Amino acid sequence: MSVLVRDDGFHTEDFDGLAVELAPTTKPDEIATLIANAGLVVVRFDSFADGRGFTLGRLVRAAGYTGRLRARGPLIADQYAMARRAGFDEVEIPPEIAARQSEADWLSRADWQAHDYRKRLGFKGCDSLLA
Amino acid sequence: MYQHNDFDQAFLRNRNAQFRSQVERRLSGSLTEDEFKPLRLMNGVYLQLHAYMLRVAIPYGTLSADQMRVLAEVAERWDRGYGHFTTRQNIQFNWVALTDIPDILDRMAEVGMHAIQSSGNCIRNTTADALAGASADELADPRPYAELIRQWSTDHAEFQFLPRKFKIAVTGSPEDRAAIAAHDVGLQLVEQGGEIGFRVLVGGGLGRTPMLAQELRAFLPSAELLPYLEAILSAYNLIGRRDNKYKARIKITVFEHGIDTFRAAVEEQFAKIRPAYTGEDQALLAEIAAQFALPDLRENLAEFDATTRAVDPLYAAWAARAVTDHKRADHASVTVALKVAGEEPGDASAAQMRALADIAERYGYNELRITHSQNVVLPHVAREDLPTVHAALLRAGLAAANMGRLGDIIACPGMDYCALATARSIPLAQEIAQHFQTLGLEEEIGALNLKISGCINACGHHHLGHIGILGLDRAGAENYQITIGGHEGDKKHPAAIGEKMGPGFAYEAVVPALERLLRTYLDLRNGAEETFLDAVKRLGLAPFRAALYAEVRDAA
Ligand code: HEM
Ligand code: SF4
Repeated sequence: MSVLVRDDGFHTEDFDGLAVELAPTTKPDEIATLIANAGLVVVRFDSFADGRGFTLGRLVRAAGYTGRLRARGPLIADQYAMARRAGFDEVEIPPEIAARQSEADWLSRADWQAHDYRKRLGFKGCDSLLA
Repeated sequence: MYQHNDFDQAFLRNRNAQFRSQVERRLSGSLTEDEFKPLRLMNGVYLQLHAYMLRVAIPYGTLSADQMRVLAEVAERWDRGYGHFTTRQNIQFNWVALTDIPDILDRMAEVGMHAIQSSGNCIRNTTADALAGASADELADPRPYAELIRQWSTDHAEFQFLPRKFKIAVTGSPEDRAAIAAHDVGLQLVEQGGEIGFRVLVGGGLGRTPMLAQELRAFLPSAELLPYLEAILSAYNLIGRRDNKYKARIKITVFEHGIDTFRAAVEEQFAKIRPAYTGEDQALLAEIAAQFALPDLRENLAEFDATTRAVDPLYAAWAARAVTDHKRADHASVTVALKVAGEEPGDASAAQMRALADIAERYGYNELRITHSQNVVLPHVAREDLPTVHAALLRAGLAAANMGRLGDIIACPGMDYCALATARSIPLAQEIAQHFQTLGLEEEIGALNLKISGCINACGHHHLGHIGILGLDRAGAENYQITIGGHEGDKKHPAAIGEKMGPGFAYEAVVPALERLLRTYLDLRNGAEETFLDAVKRLGLAPFRAALYAEVRDAA
């Protein structure tokens, strides 16, 4: 089973409701319509090397979405801070990754608010994009 | 010069600790080779033909004497005693061990240096005019903006897994000494109604599909720089191609969608991002700019330069090439050629690095620059000290006076170091430089910019050489294609990509072909005032093509 990663470590699936998954090819102007009634928005990463999802995460926030936002795919622990800064609440990783990259590896990146140049330069964070 | 503050220092310590643990996690198997690769690349670690290579960033080309000494120390302790300065204001160490790299990074962090984002599909080291802050012809100093971009792009949450690498260059002068038209984004400081801003170019790049950047915005107010860059990168991150790495650079994105569609995508993103920036970056920019103020230039007996030129022909010949006018008339900038005939272009030994550091400390207000033509600049030298600096450079074997001449060749590492190479480039550069020096023609030929790449990736920028040489592989033999008429762009001639002359030449045939080409130029030119490039613009390609292939046709 896939594993959810949050700032306090690994969790099992705990969402029950209407989830909408956005593909990496989603166009910016389609987002608002697609996520209209979602209780959970999931942005799919097909590969950890494909960074489109980080920009899509921010755009979901910019579309006014305040609910739960998840990055799903074979991300690596080193990308946890990027996902959090891009507006995601959590990352859903396949079991194979969770078996190889320990909870400790992920927790070592839970300090995503520290050492952030962009924030220091006046970027208010993705929540500020909520209209 | 910019001094790392507490934030920068804490960032670097944390970053280096992360990389140390990434190397450990690779060795323990927690990270696969595929997963480790982008992580090592974004920390400057490249896997080459024979070994790992560490590419250290020299942001906007600026180094202090102490930083140069640490580079010398790295070369001696962990490499083979030398380093290689590149065309993008980096230094590469070609023979380091992966497991030593975390220690090297820690040592460099002590003097505020790093290798962050010097490779990989992320925003690379931002480059700038090597004479920034010193040259007489600049509108404004580009370095504070380059530093602002460095900070913003470092560890940016969204842009570390882009379709492809992304290079930004900034210039503050109308003489573009940073090749901005060959960058993914080129920024030129301009003035409009008394306000400073940027002319923004996008989509330049060389490689297998050379393209010059197009104008995206004629004037961007400087306060909007970061959100606007963020908009460009977001648009590219979403629509840049990921199906084919040869079509993934932003030049192809812009080409395929057209500049107008791309501009619309950027403006759409900009409208969303602009409100998320508080404008606090402007206060930081002011703090940064204060650190780039000119040093306290001392009063001196500047005439000593002119009087020495009058009596010492060796000094006069060197000074004519190496000395550039400074903002303040009693000072000058000195270019030191790392192009000693017979040595590898851009290479510097640890001893040479220390000699340069000593000279910079004693006569150069502690500052050094690395240029995009792989040379070193002492940006501020009192004219009174120029003869002494010349003598010190002579002792260090660094007083070659071939800047901007044929011997000042830019060449990529080619077959000697690079896994992707299809031909040698360094030995060819050495032979060309030596041949024309032996003939005594270098001075007579005058201003000439020759660039060599060892494969289609064009790291040597051959497309922008007045003469460009591209080494290919034809059925197992090296074959060199010659282009002419390329140019980085200045007030006289706009940037241009060189034209292919015809079939390539075997390794041994290149030097004779160049000699025919250049003798033809000497015959046809309107006096020594007309440079090779001027002559090509006036006469067209035909006489030069005929000269290149004359021998071949005679033999047939
Ligand atoms: C030896 C190791 C090196 C390797 C394997 C390497 C590899 C590459 C590759 C694959 C590209 C093309 C990327 C693309 O167009 O998407 C490239 C471009 C480039 N490289 Fe290198 N390179 C090396 C060393 C250097 C050195 C030593 C320099 C400077 C002297 C350099 C400067 C550049 C520049 C300026 C470009 C951009 C050209 C453009 O605008 O497309 N590289 N390199
Ligand atoms: S141009 Fe080719 S051979 Fe030269 S360094 Fe770049 S990739 Fe290597």
